[in-house]
Amino acid sequence: MTPDIEIGHFLTLAAILFTIGVFGIFLNRKNVIVILMSVELMLLAVNINFVAFSGHLNDLAGQVFALLILTVAAAEAAIGLAILVIFYRNRGSIAIDDVNVMKG
Amino acid sequence: MSLQLFFFYLFSTITVASAFMVIASRNPVHSVLFLILAFVNAAGIFLLAGAEFLAMILIVVYVGAVAVLFLFVVMMLDIDFAELKKGILQYMPIGFLIGIVLFLELALVAGSWVILPEVASSSVLPIDDTISNTRALGQVLYTRYVYLFQGAAIILLVAMIGAIVLTLHHRKNVKRQDIIEQVARDPKTAIDVVKVKSGQGLNG
Repeated sequence: MTPDIEIGHFLTLAAILFTIGVFGIFLNRKNVIVILMSVELMLLAVNINFVAFSGHLNDLAGQVFALLILTVAAAEAAIGLAILVIFYRNRGSIAIDDVNVMKG
Repeated sequence: MSLQLFFFYLFSTITVASAFMVIASRNPVHSVLFLILAFVNAAGIFLLAGAEFLAMILIVVYVGAVAVLFLFVVMMLDIDFAELKKGILQYMPIGFLIGIVLFLELALVAGSWVILPEVASSSVLPIDDTISNTRALGQVLYTRYVYLFQGAAIILLVAMIGAIVLTLHHRKNVKRQDIIEQVARDPKTAIDVVKVKSGQGLNG
């Protein structure tokens, strides 16, 4: 499928993206919105790996799996943002430090 | 350098740069916009890897729905983001350390692996180059992977209902329509005739 692009290129790109996502979680430790965006970046990196191997191994199953990951990522973003909204409604802030009040 | 490789480097450079801007930008609205840019370029990379359908899905779902959802939430919440940026340098060293370690591990894995010949020759679903990618995906998604497909649908349904239930709240003191009560009104219950003495007015 990809005669000119070696799979190592895709893997390196995915590794860089994943690292940026992890780094973003540490960098924006207080801002939940950016943390959610970092998680989306990490899921994107995983998807790039799946699609790259799908092309490399000439196997469609990887793309099916990537499709399912996209679904889960979309659901996760929706639920996460909904929780964020009600958390903001209750607390008036979205700082991570306040999240421990959610303990029952 | 071939044209495909050129475009790969173009897309991946923009993706990495905008991903970095997502986490580094001071304004969350800019973060969301850079996230959109990263996803659009990742869709280009998917195209280069031969996954046309997933590339289009990435644009439709992520750029069209998820990123706009983020944008809505960022704009809806009135947050002092400068306050949240405080103490950002406190976690910088540990984050940097973990990032470096993680990247080195991933790079080591990416640089040193082989696919066993027996695995490479026995793919689960060999890609048929004579039909389009969308058609090939559809042919397996509704037959072989129908349970996974239904599971994904259930997950989306649960997420949708969950998001609605979580964010729905009835405010007190808001007048709403109550059809039964409004229709059931008659002059006896709706009109109250009172005698008012002059100069005293109505108390209560």
